[in-house]
Amino acid sequence: MAHFEKANSIGEWLDQRIGIETLKKVMQSEYWIPKNINFLWAMGMVLAATFGILLVSGIFLLMYYNPSVDLAFDSVNYTIMTEVGYGWLWRHVHGVGASLVFLIIYIHMFTGIYYGSYKRGRELIWLSGMLLFVLFSAEAFSGYMLPWGQMSYWAGMVITNLFSGGSLHADGFVEWIRGDYVPAQAFLSRFFMLHVLLMPLLIIGGIVFHFGTLRLPHVNNQDGEEVDFAESARLWKEGTTESRRESKVIPFSPVFLSKDVFVMGVYFILFFYLVFYHFEFAMDPVNFDPADGLKTPAHIYPEWYFLWSYEILRPFSTNLGLIAFAIAQVIFFTLPFMDRSPNVAPANRRGLFHFWFWAMLADMLVLTFMGKLPPEGIWSQIGLVAAITFFILWIALPIITKIEKKL
Amino acid sequence: MSSRRDFMGMALGGFTALGGIGALMAMKKTWDPLPSVKSAGFTTIDLNDYKENELVTEKWRGKPIFVLKQSKELMAKTTDETKKRLIEINGDHYMVCVGLCTHLGCIPGYNPETEDFLCACHGGMYDATAMVTKAPPPRGLDIPPFRIDGTKLVLGETGPEYEKMLADGTTLKV
Amino acid sequence: MDKELKILGIVAAFTLLLYWGVEPFAHSQMHKHVESDALQYSDLKPLSVKGDATAGEAKAAACAGCHSIDTKGMAAPMDAMASADAYGVNPPDLSIAGKVLDEKFLAHFMLNPAEVTKSKHFAMPPSASSEQDAADIAAYLKSIAPKEVSPKETYAFACGRCHANRYGKWTQLGDIPKTKSNIKTGVDLDAMAFQTNLGKYQNKLADYMGKLPPDLSIISRARSEHFLHTFIENPQSQLPGTAMPRVGLNGEGMDKVMEYLEETGDPSAPARAMAGPWVIGFFVIFTILAYLWKQSQWRDLH
Repeated sequence: MAHFEKANSIGEWLDQRIGIETLKKVMQSEYWIPKNINFLWAMGMVLAATFGILLVSGIFLLMYYNPSVDLAFDSVNYTIMTEVGYGWLWRHVHGVGASLVFLIIYIHMFTGIYYGSYKRGRELIWLSGMLLFVLFSAEAFSGYMLPWGQMSYWAGMVITNLFSGGSLHADGFVEWIRGDYVPAQAFLSRFFMLHVLLMPLLIIGGIVFHFGTLRLPHVNNQDGEEVDFAESARLWKEGTTESRRESKVIPFSPVFLSKDVFVMGVYFILFFYLVFYHFEFAMDPVNFDPADGLKTPAHIYPEWYFLWSYEILRPFSTNLGLIAFAIAQVIFFTLPFMDRSPNVAPANRRGLFHFWFWAMLADMLVLTFMGKLPPEGIWSQIGLVAAITFFILWIALPIITKIEKKL
Repeated sequence: MSSRRDFMGMALGGFTALGGIGALMAMKKTWDPLPSVKSAGFTTIDLNDYKENELVTEKWRGKPIFVLKQSKELMAKTTDETKKRLIEINGDHYMVCVGLCTHLGCIPGYNPETEDFLCACHGGMYDATAMVTKAPPPRGLDIPPFRIDGTKLVLGETGPEYEKMLADGTTLKV
Repeated sequence: MDKELKILGIVAAFTLLLYWGVEPFAHSQMHKHVESDALQYSDLKPLSVKGDATAGEAKAAACAGCHSIDTKGMAAPMDAMASADAYGVNPPDLSIAGKVLDEKFLAHFMLNPAEVTKSKHFAMPPSASSEQDAADIAAYLKSIAPKEVSPKETYAFACGRCHANRYGKWTQLGDIPKTKSNIKTGVDLDAMAFQTNLGKYQNKLADYMGKLPPDLSIISRARSEHFLHTFIENPQSQLPGTAMPRVGLNGEGMDKVMEYLEETGDPSAPARAMAGPWVIGFFVIFTILAYLWKQSQWRDLH
């Protein structure tokens, strides 16, 4: 039994038992963030807040949702939307939140690419982040099945068909995934389990891991400068206005947090404007037709955040398309290793990489647009060019970064 | 300077707490019983159907309802106090109560020979008017809200006879 | 600070571009715009005669061969089930026909129902022998029409004998009746009888139309307002070859039907409109306070 003195306050009592003072220092008051940052550095906390909102709204939806193929559609569109007190609010918040979380994920991801926040000690931050992207994708897909509308059913049909592996004809595998020949009760129930329990647990674990990988390398800054954290911390702790001005860091709490919270406020104004006034982009009309296994909608498309990936699948023949699609899912993981340059700096100081960044962004936008459009005429031609460009850019990356001048 | 920071922080925190309260109020409403549940809470029973000293169990709002038509012998034994518990229609008297023991909610069993109720869970007993005769139940079986409609009772609606039972403490609100 | 505004501008620009491509642009490519006829029914010639409501009353007596007119105490010869057996559908009561249907359309309709509704197998045969007769009956129906009609009444008349609306508790046989189950067994024979009849009716209707017309509970969220308007005005314009007849609603009829569809499809719209300004207002004030706090933290640090 360790020795315990009488504590003089609640804080001291907790500190003796769970080391709360150390925790506070490590996570808040002595977790040093560079001053040289912009609002894009707040995207991580915006994501955490959005995930929290999805969790809470999901809890209230879960109270009334019925995961039975005969009752699911009406449990959402009648019971929750009309009978449940504020049910419509949770549904709108959940739908808009699911769409916005991906917008912020992409902004967060491209911020990391632009500033080189995946290199020199930060590789695991990037990898754990990409893992979270995959987990969120699985969570979004499984969630979209639940209203059991036309899009739920046919997206479920098409995406599980991918697992037949083209010429491999692994139809048995597809039936195993579905638990039936077609998306039916077994399919709905298991995706309900994934969406409500397994994926959220994995995501929470992933977020904790992501924070863990960030702690030691510390957050990056706008110039990619290697900050002497020990020296800056010492200056800050001196406590005078001059020393704090000279220090290149601020503590996470309360200083960085105050910027985070302001950015979140602006975000929430946009978020709730969309929730109340402009939500069709997040709640596609096609999914307001109940699922009908005997009728395919005229236009099937995934949610916007999957479109770029969908368009890499489409223009090629079946097997080639599947291979391209599979590569596209994992290729972003390889970024820290494909970028052969040691420079940690914003893209505009990295020669050809600057061009590569904007080209990749533009290419993914073009892929996104083409992925939504019917695969006909000029749209499918542009889509093919954009898909090929995607792979050319990745092949080019190690080459252009190898020849990059060292800063 | 530091005090201004603290003040702004507290102002923000307080305002956020207001928003939190609003969110909690919305969440409370989400938990409320649905309108379709509340509107389904009415049952009609026809008292003509019942025979003396034969306990019948009906259903109202998911709960068992005991209906016991009182025999002449039983009526001879009733006092003014126990008579208040009964519903009178066309000279006949009926005990209509929620069949859940007022102690902890088990369903008491009726013994037609001794003409009383025994609750198996903790030994509480009631007479034929469902007035408690042996502890631990704190009071007689509760009487559901009712409205007399000819020879029918509409459970879930209220009428003057029920209001009287509430007013003089014969039953608590169910 | 300027740098941050510039970055914000770039992020916002790309986000708006993304939105434009994925939403307005893509949808404009997927759904070709269909022009509305503004309920003119331009393909139908204006009537060359004027209808006389008094003459029409006598001529309208023949309608009672299939149709009821409740407000005039005229009952239909067959009930819904028998009508479905005979014709595939239950002919509507005509009490409000004159209020919600276009008068020109109604007259042309009586002369040649299948052609005017653009529905080849339409059950009603030509029911007026001359344009004058048709105009007179149309005028009569207009004269007996009520001053006001409710959205649900209009839906029941114009759509409800083919299209159910379960969120509005409406079936092709009328409102779902309130029934009680047997207390001892839980069996609800009245509800089962209603469902059996409804099933029989729907089978007949699906044979008549080619498939069962869809339930319209939430159609107002499954299709745009423009689509619904142009589709109801002329089903062939949006779904060429469809079995749905052109119904001939006038402006009032169209408004009332759309209102009912909004009622069942988006009933939380008023609550949303009420709560929106408060929630957004809260976050505006929150952001201002957050900015002041942030400023107080960062002011001395640069």
